[in-house]
Amino acid sequence: MACLCRDCAHLIDADAASCTNCGSARLVTHPELLDLSIAHIDCDAFYASVEKRDDPALNDKPVIVGHPGGRGVVTTACYIARQYGPRSAMPMFKALQLCPQAVVIPPDMAKYRQASSQIRSLFLKATPLVEPVSLDEAYLDLSAGARLVDRAPAILLARLARAVEREVGVTVSVGLSYNKFLAKLASDRDKPQGFSVIGRAEATALLAPLPVTTIHGIGAATARRLAEAGITSVRQLQAMPEDALSARFGKFGRALAHLVHGEDRRRVVADRPTKSISVETTFSRDQSAYPALAAALEDLAGRLEQRLKRASLAGETVVLKLKTSDFHSLSRQSRLPHPTQRGDLILEHGLRLLGREADGRAFRLIGIGVDHMAPATAADPPDLFEA
Amino acid sequence: MKLTIERAALLRSLNHVQSVVERRNTIPILSNVKIEGREGQVSLNATDMDLDIVEAVPADVLRPGATTAPAHTLYEIVRKLPEGSQVELEHTGDDSQLILRSGRSKFTLASLPVDDYPVMSGGDLPFTFTLAADEMKGLIDRTRFAISSEETRYYLNGIYVHAATSGGVPVLRAVATDGHRLARVEVPLPEGAAGMPGVIVPRKTVAELRKLLDETTMEVTVSLSETKIRFAFDDAVMTSKLIDGTFPDYERVIPADNDKVLEVDCRTFSQAVDRVSAISTEKSRAIKLSVDKGSLTLSASSPENGSAVEELEAAYDAGPIEIGFNSRYLLDIMAQIEGDAARFAMADAASPTVVREVTDSSAVYVLMPMRV
Repeated sequence: MACLCRDCAHLIDADAASCTNCGSARLVTHPELLDLSIAHIDCDAFYASVEKRDDPALNDKPVIVGHPGGRGVVTTACYIARQYGPRSAMPMFKALQLCPQAVVIPPDMAKYRQASSQIRSLFLKATPLVEPVSLDEAYLDLSAGARLVDRAPAILLARLARAVEREVGVTVSVGLSYNKFLAKLASDRDKPQGFSVIGRAEATALLAPLPVTTIHGIGAATARRLAEAGITSVRQLQAMPEDALSARFGKFGRALAHLVHGEDRRRVVADRPTKSISVETTFSRDQSAYPALAAALEDLAGRLEQRLKRASLAGETVVLKLKTSDFHSLSRQSRLPHPTQRGDLILEHGLRLLGREADGRAFRLIGIGVDHMAPATAADPPDLFEA
Repeated sequence: MKLTIERAALLRSLNHVQSVVERRNTIPILSNVKIEGREGQVSLNATDMDLDIVEAVPADVLRPGATTAPAHTLYEIVRKLPEGSQVELEHTGDDSQLILRSGRSKFTLASLPVDDYPVMSGGDLPFTFTLAADEMKGLIDRTRFAISSEETRYYLNGIYVHAATSGGVPVLRAVATDGHRLARVEVPLPEGAAGMPGVIVPRKTVAELRKLLDETTMEVTVSLSETKIRFAFDDAVMTSKLIDGTFPDYERVIPADNDKVLEVDCRTFSQAVDRVSAISTEKSRAIKLSVDKGSLTLSASSPENGSAVEELEAAYDAGPIEIGFNSRYLLDIMAQIEGDAARFAMADAASPTVVREVTDSSAVYVLMPMRV
């Protein structure tokens, strides 16, 4: 059985109690350790960790990142704060009832983005197949055809985890398996600073006792329907033949039949350049009047401008998206003579498109976006009449 | 109606009128061309309700009458008939079909009642003047490239034509701009144009007019009011609505005292710009001009492609300047300069630059620099 020292990334004898190379006791042992190559890496309490990194005085204090005040929610709670109960997405007032001594810090997205891109560039030194899920998590394909350094994926991951700690100053949890679903499940099992492995031999048995919501694709609504039919654990789904799952879940049933046995065909897809950026809003009550729709659009155009500026991107085509009250989606587009980042110009085109559609139909959603992206440097060339 | 006409003559006229007809129409009859056979000639009429063209072609009319038929289909058929063939068009009474015969081919086309065909009335056109075809070509060619395609700035979607004075001399001016470049061209004011209102001729009208000009060397009679303009040729008349908008005060963006003056040989300069721009990104097409005493360096760079530098000889006597332009805009202007030398008058990297042909003062081009 293979054994890896997580501190010095050396392979050692499986029966050693500590690393024969560096003496560390942080060892990971698994029979399939050297055969697995799909990883999920998740930063531990990312936003809070970045804040602690930048202000060591916070190190031993409970830290909550989120907007303070009445309606704010918790974005991230550090591990000290979590001991008292606060969790992500919890209303701030409730978090502070549970942990009144917490230090609340408003999010500084620019800082987190910077740390995230630093982490991503470390990942990219190991493999081009890095699929970011959000600022603080990503999938990596380290199989022989993808990795840039010819070492076992487990070794590369131990080195990466250490490099992120050293160079970025935050800790990560690593999940290693043979597909994305199980890699993610693995990284969730051991946090913070974890290194968890799920092999082929154990997958079915490991999944069996877990709740159905463990399965990628089963959300709260599906879980509720399953519970009504008396199905709560993955084991019960494992016992159902593929036909029965298909009959119950349609197309998803076939994927499900594989997932419950730990089979996931999704590949790790490298981060592609942004193809479009858009924002949208769903009305609390359907809207049909042009002024109400236009007002919503104006608000969205302002938000889109901010998104574009933050991403240093511009778009050359404006896309208006509408969804009618009977869930019919439509999109209309308008080409600009040059790429733009300007909300007012995007709005002008959006309103013109909206004018043709706002014919009394009720809409439940409106959105605006741009595609045909260009770098910010190519946006909005100076204008003779606006100089 | 029954008539016979030479394929070549019919094709030529259909080519003019069919491009006025939009590809997609919500009003069916607007997809059609109106065909009217009279004594010795057939007249073809097409409209999109904003632009109307009537063209007369000699034909052997056996039985006068009128009908309408799908313009693009008819054009496609005639285009595919063999060269030198004769085409017979026949339409009987209120029959809903137009029959086209040529050689051993026979086509039956759905027609719509001629009485439903929209008539675009010119209304009263109080100003009338004539321009030589070449003069009108010059006004169009040297300005149309600068017309804006941005629909939200509809008032820039055409050429602004108006009477003005230039150095005390009355002139007829054509101006077009998209906000990034501007072209202003003038000819001596023709008789009858004094006091005419400034009008914005839509892009599509400009394009159709230009096609007709290609086939004539004669004079064109222009009649206009504040809302419509008409161009009359020997055998064709085009009537167009004008853009209902206010053209911006363009004079204020033409700098008068830019003192950094650069003279270049047009051909050499264009070729160098074309080469160097091969490296600039497709989206921005930016190219940098670095000018110092007696020398001009063109450069471009892009993260994906690399960089390019080319040095040129140039007459320049002012302080050093670095300024960026859209290379396509530079080439557009150079393409309109017929002489050997072009003169750039610059102020700084953020202010409009004036470009002229050294030996011709009738055209002025203004370029807004880019950030490079």
